[in-house]
Amino acid sequence: MRDVRDALMVARNTDGKLVRRPLSPHLQVHRWPVSMALSICHRISGVALGAGTILMTVWLAAAASPGNAFAVVQSFLGSPLGYLVLFGWSLALIYHFCSGMRHLYMDTGKGFEPGEYDRSGWAVIIATGVLTVVVWVFGLLAG
Amino acid sequence: MAQPHNNAHIDIMRSPLGRARGLGSARAGASHWWAQRLTAIALVPLTLWFINAVIHLKGAEQTDIIAWLSSPLSLTLMLALIVATFHHLQLGLQVVIEDYVPDHAKKLISILAIKAACVILALICIVSVLKLGL
Repeated sequence: MRDVRDALMVARNTDGKLVRRPLSPHLQVHRWPVSMALSICHRISGVALGAGTILMTVWLAAAASPGNAFAVVQSFLGSPLGYLVLFGWSLALIYHFCSGMRHLYMDTGKGFEPGEYDRSGWAVIIATGVLTVVVWVFGLLAG
Repeated sequence: MAQPHNNAHIDIMRSPLGRARGLGSARAGASHWWAQRLTAIALVPLTLWFINAVIHLKGAEQTDIIAWLSSPLSLTLMLALIVATFHHLQLGLQVVIEDYVPDHAKKLISILAIKAACVILALICIVSVLKLGL
């Protein structure tokens, strides 16, 4: 026991054996409502966007550098792999954006009723899909 | 009516050992939470503007980027986007590390490394856009 508070986490099971009480959240025993999936996806997309900022930094730094660094970066972004990276980046950004708006709304203390809680969750998923398609349609038509 | 001294125990929600070790709130949680929300709100319009800008810069040459950032409005919004993005990012990654890295030394080192990386990346972005736009 490393901490006195751990004493509260030790108990005996029905066989009298000493066990550690499970810590919340109990991911294995609960059904996954849409909000649980959205919540962890918000984190995952946030971390992914952190990697995406490296891409933005490379793009800007290359543009500000002499030589052909920028041409190399632009040709990578125009390649099939580059499009895949950009697609993942746009999906993560638009998802984090939509889910973040839902979190900001819930920060005002609203939207926690069971029906609305689920509906706003599905709205995030649908909005992410629609906006990603719209951005790519405009992106591919532009230029 | 409860007497005031009967409620005294409510003031002490921490174990004596926890108090002796200095565990508990660092009294900085609210400002962290608030900064995360403020940068999130700032990033709503900035992100929409940036997505639109990136779409129009598809296949751009260096001269196109220079032309884009030569506009004081574009340059200013780009600087605002960079500051808000990296501030929001380091606040968010700090929470992720605090939640998943239980070891104190590893936690502290990871958080400091993340913050340092965010500052450096932000400065590279700022220097780059200033060099292009000015």
